[in-house]
Amino acid sequence: MTPKEGQVRIPSGCAIAAVISREGNRMTGERIIEAMKPMHDRSNGLGGGFAAYGIYPEYRDFYALHFFFDSRDTRKTCEAYLKERFEIYKAERIPTRKLPQITDEPMIWRYFVAPLQSVLRDLQLDEKEFVVRTVMHINTSMKGAYIFSSGKNMGTFKAVGFPEDVGVYYRLDEYEGYAWTAHGRYPTNTPGWWGGAHPFTLLDYSVVHNGEISSYDANRRYIEMFGYKCTLQTDTEVITYILDYLIRRQELTLSEAASVIAAPFWSTIEGKTDLEDKRKHIYLRTLFPSLLITGPFSIVLGFDGGLMALNDRLKLRSMVVGEKDDKVFVASEEAAIRVMEPDAGNLYAPAGGEPVIIRVKEGAY
Amino acid sequence: MGVEYLTPEYEVIRNENRCIACGVCVRQCANEVHAFLEGTEKIISDDAKCVDCQRCVSLCPTHALKIVKNDCRLRENANWDNDTIREVYKQANSGGVLLSSMGNPKPLPVYWDKILINASQVTNPPIDPLREPMETRVFLGKRPQKVERGADGKLRCELLPMIELSMPIMFSAMSYGSISYNAHASLARAAQALGICYNTGEGGLHEDFYAYGDNTIVQVASGRFGVHENYLEAARAIEIKMGQGAKPGIGGHLPGSKIVGDVSRTRMIPEGSDAITPAPHHDIYPIEDLRQLVFSLKDATDYRKPVIVKVAAVHNIAAIASGIARSGADVIAIDGFRGGTGAAPTRIRDNVGIPIELALAAVDQRLRDEGIRNDVSLVVGGSVRSASDVVKAIALGADACYIATAALLALGCHLCRTCQSGKCNWGIATQRPDLVKRLNPDVGSERLVHLMDAWRHEIKELMGGMGINSVEALRGNRLMLRGVGLTEKELQILGIAHAGE
Ligand code: SF4
Ligand code: SF4
Repeated sequence: MTPKEGQVRIPSGCAIAAVISREGNRMTGERIIEAMKPMHDRSNGLGGGFAAYGIYPEYRDFYALHFFFDSRDTRKTCEAYLKERFEIYKAERIPTRKLPQITDEPMIWRYFVAPLQSVLRDLQLDEKEFVVRTVMHINTSMKGAYIFSSGKNMGTFKAVGFPEDVGVYYRLDEYEGYAWTAHGRYPTNTPGWWGGAHPFTLLDYSVVHNGEISSYDANRRYIEMFGYKCTLQTDTEVITYILDYLIRRQELTLSEAASVIAAPFWSTIEGKTDLEDKRKHIYLRTLFPSLLITGPFSIVLGFDGGLMALNDRLKLRSMVVGEKDDKVFVASEEAAIRVMEPDAGNLYAPAGGEPVIIRVKEGAY
Repeated sequence: MGVEYLTPEYEVIRNENRCIACGVCVRQCANEVHAFLEGTEKIISDDAKCVDCQRCVSLCPTHALKIVKNDCRLRENANWDNDTIREVYKQANSGGVLLSSMGNPKPLPVYWDKILINASQVTNPPIDPLREPMETRVFLGKRPQKVERGADGKLRCELLPMIELSMPIMFSAMSYGSISYNAHASLARAAQALGICYNTGEGGLHEDFYAYGDNTIVQVASGRFGVHENYLEAARAIEIKMGQGAKPGIGGHLPGSKIVGDVSRTRMIPEGSDAITPAPHHDIYPIEDLRQLVFSLKDATDYRKPVIVKVAAVHNIAAIASGIARSGADVIAIDGFRGGTGAAPTRIRDNVGIPIELALAAVDQRLRDEGIRNDVSLVVGGSVRSASDVVKAIALGADACYIATAALLALGCHLCRTCQSGKCNWGIATQRPDLVKRLNPDVGSERLVHLMDAWRHEIKELMGGMGINSVEALRGNRLMLRGVGLTEKELQILGIAHAGE
């Protein structure tokens, strides 16, 4: 039997795209699906997915857990487990459209939940940490159950297939969000199941990534010290955990986190004339050497209220940014931006290691 | 003395057609192998005294000399091999413990040679170190658990004292006394030129070398030789020596004949007295005592110097290391069973301790399992022989490597393994002025710099091939390694997959 993703490490090439409205204007998923079409050849039909922010405003106070189940029994066991820990506000199948291109589908459900305060008190954990631990537990210990999205007012949708088909399959034209990211995957082996597709998410952080990082095992073995379990052996997974660790647990700002994972070269740091900036970079590199990511990557990190696009420090993967009115677009290729917005302007390719951070204006999401 | 039953181990072969009887060999061999046949121009040799150090061979102007293994053998016996029988004879002659020097020469597995390194193809580009920056700088020491911010929200960029190295290699401990002044001078100068550190060993720091303090690690061993306030103050870091790979569990003995002049002053012991290093630190019996010594040294230096604790790789090394990590130490140095020494009982050198590769893999994993890997850096030695050994050690999880034998080789050591005799013909393991001056520190330090430059290039090339442009991303990156010809158990301990997997 060919091993499933998680049992082997599968390198992939990829396409990524993203769009966000700085004004918080919501848009359907149609545009981002279109963006993936001209980049068709960057995927090979073995994985596609989307992350959408602002799509569940009516449930904004609940964690939206998206699940893959392999059977009804698994779902029942899992539900029982959840009930002991969370108030389940709503449980339902995620609506899909049958498509000949998308086969072997698991059972796909979503639960809108809130952690039980009594449980949090007993465990002396804050809400987010508790959700993280629940996700880790279910994904590593409950065979046949897999949580692939766990943030509030956001959701991930992914499958084995070409991204444009995956978007139609999940009826993304029926959702409205202020930010969307998309991913098409070119894995070098068959991932075997849907969990391996991107985006990879934890809480409201989602990552789409194009590249193959050479620092993978150094990063993985470091981050696993802090309770994260890299079950999929993918770059995206480890990058997501690193960002969660740096931003949520170490409380770094986005640009500080970017300075850790795509740290400037020592020679660049030494040349800095702004002494405070220099000290900061020396500090961050010295403190987190094992979270430096080397090898090619371009990523878009989605989070509550914004996006961050980042390239590896040598810029070994293409990534372009453009804008029009309230919208900012990011993609592996300009063609994808042109499809989303033919008149996009200010097109540029951010330098390696230079984060592009776009936030929705306060109160608009 | 009666018959000793010992046939010469080597045969000195002189090509009489080439020999011009210049007498260089006679002057060069401190073992007094060569001599003019009385009243003649003819040179003869006493093979029994030869240790195969190659000094005379290297210096003979007409290449008239070669040293070969004596093929006069005892009757073949797979159980009682030649060396074993000779050792029995020696002990029957002397009644003493056998002494040896340098590292364990036995054909035990060298795991470095059974580990292969990855390279990028297609899915990820290799990086050309000639075109792109390739970083080898490392910092050793403790890293705070949590980022701190001031009231203004800005990062409080305060770090504990660390050792900064331009490349992940340091020269390991060799004491002044066991090696010569010129050898120390060469190491100190090279360390400074390279931006790395050398280590004084347990014999104190000669006043001439205080100038290299920033590149010096001073050792505090159980004999406490030469330890005083200025010594600690002068250093970049302080190393507590609990053990040594070549002789775990025992101390040391530098004979009074080597405790002369500066050596005696530097060690702060009387001339001619034997320098006995006790096996344990008599103030450290359990681990909590180690903690006290770590903090005494930190107190004495105002918390400005990182403290390294050096131990030999022994069976229970993972648990020991985890204890050390909790003792306040900033760096743990582990010395494998193949590490060198100036003198050690042969039985101990050849039979005690475990390979550094396995010790390193076990320790790195244990510290991670316990979530305390950031509390300490890991330095490994004994023996690291080449740039590829360094790369493998780092990918297994080391922060840096200690090298000593390779450094001595650069200085001219020919691994004759008779340092204990004090008659090193290469001016390294000796205090005899006529021999010491054979090692010129200008040349010695230059050769060390060359060696390290060469290794740095090689490390960069190996990293570039893997698509890695900083040594930080290599550290603990075990996916970059594969084993060949190793058992499941060995692979499991090393935490690597087999080639082809
Ligand atoms: S001990 Fe060294 S110098 Fe002396 S004869 Fe042997 S090889 Fe030559
Ligand atoms: S240091 Fe000198 S005595 Fe020791 S092994 Fe090397 S050459 Fe021989």
